[in-house]
Amino acid sequence: MRTPRFPGWTWLLAASLACAGLQAGQPAAKTVILATTTSTQDSGLLDELIPRFEKQTGYVVKTIAVGSGQAIAMGKKGEADVLLVHSPDAEKALMAEGSGVNRRLVMHNDFILLGPAGDPARVRGKAAAAALQAIAAGHAVFMSRGDNSGTHAQEKKLWAAAGLKPEGQAWYQQTGLGMGQTLAVAAEKRAYTLSDRGTYLALRKKLGLEILSEGDAALLNVYHVIEVDPARHPRVNTPGARAFADFLVSKAVQTTIKEFGIGTFGSPLFFPDAGRPE
Amino acid sequence: MDLIWEGLRKALELLLTLDPEVLRITLLSLEVSGLATLISLVIGLGVAIPVALNEFPGKRLVIALLNTGMGLPPVVVGLFVTVLLWRNGPLGFLEILYTPSAMILAQAVIASPIIAGISLSALQHLPPGLRLQILALGASRPQMVWLLLKEARLPLLAAVMAGFGGVISEVGASIMVGGNIKGQTRVLTTATVMETSKGNFEVAFALSILLLVLAFSVNAVLTHLQQRNRPR
Repeated sequence: MRTPRFPGWTWLLAASLACAGLQAGQPAAKTVILATTTSTQDSGLLDELIPRFEKQTGYVVKTIAVGSGQAIAMGKKGEADVLLVHSPDAEKALMAEGSGVNRRLVMHNDFILLGPAGDPARVRGKAAAAALQAIAAGHAVFMSRGDNSGTHAQEKKLWAAAGLKPEGQAWYQQTGLGMGQTLAVAAEKRAYTLSDRGTYLALRKKLGLEILSEGDAALLNVYHVIEVDPARHPRVNTPGARAFADFLVSKAVQTTIKEFGIGTFGSPLFFPDAGRPE
Repeated sequence: MDLIWEGLRKALELLLTLDPEVLRITLLSLEVSGLATLISLVIGLGVAIPVALNEFPGKRLVIALLNTGMGLPPVVVGLFVTVLLWRNGPLGFLEILYTPSAMILAQAVIASPIIAGISLSALQHLPPGLRLQILALGASRPQMVWLLLKEARLPLLAAVMAGFGGVISEVGASIMVGGNIKGQTRVLTTATVMETSKGNFEVAFALSILLLVLAFSVNAVLTHLQQRNRPR
């Protein structure tokens, strides 16, 4: 009878576990967790900004792109260091609660009401509230994000301003998905939907949706950067968060934001706002 | 149909030009899921061997739990592991959330019951007299276990393939505990989800094809091992 020996794979396993262990040992002080919205990632803006920040400062950024609702919840729990979000009411609640410091204006673009070219509810050219009323009156299908994102929060505010409660209606549907996927669903179902302009422009050529209502003051989409308060959450990387926030409002980056997308989409996706009054 | 051809063309282009980003994503998928499968093999056998070879009260309950575990939804595992690994969670001091290590951990949780469950039924399926025969020939207990494992090699490799297949294809846990961070934790499945949401369907399709090719290659190697000098 042959004596059992260690089979080959146990050595392989030991070696690979060692490798995995080495990989995990990234010093936390050099890592910044950025919780942000899907729109900044899906538009490609972060792909341009993050590598530059990492090169300039030596920090490693972990970008978690989720809805603004989840991003703000991560801030409240101290699970992120810095937030780049666009849900003003939820942001103010976060600041009031004392979980964030140094909320600063970064940029804006606007929300647009999109729909099929046929425009069955005849909303083209109407102001936001009137357009939503027309959609509700016509029982035209409206595709909502339904995910507590900044866009969803804005949409709920618009319905409330129009004096309507669409939840539960057959024509009011929720995807629970990010902006890009919701646009795809809306296009496929010939539905109306609300989108930020950046994501729409980035995806426009693949969709059959048209801008039907825009330019209303109620449709402004404002992005703020917020540092998570280290007093409440001691494990937060404060210097890293500060460095990233400073980076976003710096002159050079604001210029990049201003020019971002002109080459690819023919028009800018975001307008820099740092230092301006709210 | 256009999309499929366009995707195939794009996949070939990405493969032939060895796009460094795609290469990194593919290698990370292989590394994370491969390591997770190896760890699960150790855990799976560690559970399956004692359960198979011993009689004890509650054995049926343990087997039923293992079989249930084979169907653990990845999102549930993802959520659970995320909460554990949060900075302020019980394992927060490890500081591995949003790293490949966290993804390996989550995937090992998914694959371990799969490998344990299939290995257990493989070992239980061996002829009952075999154990007595081996022991009667004067083998020590470790020798006996080793011989039983060799005897059950075919279904055990099937267990490894099922475990690997389960984790290389899952997206729910990887995106939650990894965060789909470019250059760090982006793997083929999470990149596919992201490219789909960006509307880059050809790229998403190309990544899917790469994923299928990768899964096939790994399984081809394992199948080769499995079918080579099959026992009797």
